[in-house]
Amino acid sequence: MRSVIDVPDLTLEELDRLMDTAEDIIARPDQYSERCHGKKLATLFFEPSTRTRLSFEAAMYELGGNVLSVTGAGTSSAAKGESVADTAKTVSCYADIIAMRHPKEGAALVAANNASVPVINAGDGGHCHPTQTLADLLTIRREKGRLGNLTVGLCGDLKFGRTVHSLITAMSRYEGLKFVLISPEELKVPGYVKNDCLIKNNIPFMQTTSLEQVIGDLDILYMTRVQRERFFNEEDYLRLKDSYILTPEKMKKGRPDLCVMHPLPRVNEISIAVDDDPRACYFKQVLNGKYMRMALILMLLKEAGRI
Amino acid sequence: MTVDSIRDGIVIDHITAGLGRKLYNLLGLENTNVPVALLTNVTSVKLGRKDIIKVDAPIPVDYDLIGYVDPGATVNIIREGKLVEKKQIDMPEMLVNVIHCKNPRCITSCEQELAHKFRLSNREKKEYRCIYCETKVALL
Repeated sequence: MRSVIDVPDLTLEELDRLMDTAEDIIARPDQYSERCHGKKLATLFFEPSTRTRLSFEAAMYELGGNVLSVTGAGTSSAAKGESVADTAKTVSCYADIIAMRHPKEGAALVAANNASVPVINAGDGGHCHPTQTLADLLTIRREKGRLGNLTVGLCGDLKFGRTVHSLITAMSRYEGLKFVLISPEELKVPGYVKNDCLIKNNIPFMQTTSLEQVIGDLDILYMTRVQRERFFNEEDYLRLKDSYILTPEKMKKGRPDLCVMHPLPRVNEISIAVDDDPRACYFKQVLNGKYMRMALILMLLKEAGRI
Repeated sequence: MTVDSIRDGIVIDHITAGLGRKLYNLLGLENTNVPVALLTNVTSVKLGRKDIIKVDAPIPVDYDLIGYVDPGATVNIIREGKLVEKKQIDMPEMLVNVIHCKNPRCITSCEQELAHKFRLSNREKKEYRCIYCETKVALL
């Protein structure tokens, strides 16, 4: 059974096809409004989420399907000690496809190995978050017209930020990319991303602690939140949480065609005054996420022979 | 120094000097009641010094564990006093329940029944990664 746990589970051709489908959904939504009639998506969210869960649910409703939902470990059998494997086997009896978010890294893989329906990883701890990456890729393609030959700046928590890891992994397969990694020393990208993705594929990158020094070189600026829930130590969080705040002043140094992205939610790393700048693309990203999730649900249900 | 030759059992040879005791412990040989000999710092033409483990009983052998501890080792299977098979050990592609993931954020940290699986990610550096969370461990 085909599942999507991480971005490399999808080939470049499949990514292109998903983006083409998403563009077609945007252009002709009526053509898709009944594609999943009678089908059920189970959203199993064992960790707080607003946009990802609602995005999956909106995606399924707009495809004409229905949604079964579990939110929070406290309201499900997980609170009684049920394993992820048993949950996946059980939910497979009720739903045609599962979207799962879990605080533990690898939980989605365990679910996929045990479910008899496709599983989409909607975020597993600090590990990866592939559908956010699909939203990011569509946003970049729509805003810049290409996915190669770009200088991509990633700023903030690059250590625990799963969206950052997934985006670097996904974009490293395109030509002509250069990454600028902007973070405090303590929140640099993990070795497995740097070594296995960037160094192994000879992709140029630089690491810096200063956003101001590099913002003028960027085509894309991908801001991230320092995530309180990933820290074991509150003191470390408080010390690092305000490391980078994007303001209209800093935006003046950016290129006129800079595309500012953020996986959201933001706390204070992008000041609200930046929202009115036409280069702010983070709310478009949210909408693109829904279209890409629609495309992914369609692809996986088709491959599973359920539509 | 003389150790009796064995009749039915195994000889783990060409163990890197210093790793014999580790392998002996990890294979659980201290808990068996069969005859076992651990020879350390034995002169070797090939290695200079090496360790050897001899077990005089046809016990099951965990080749993955031996490959993880010391990929250069060889395992000789002895039956009725004769060498019937000689295996050159290599790093296994997958380690299952040989080592445990120490990442507290990994799903294996809270689901006790889950097998701990590590995939060989870099043969040159002898690195393995947890298939669930990608935490890296290097060979011993």
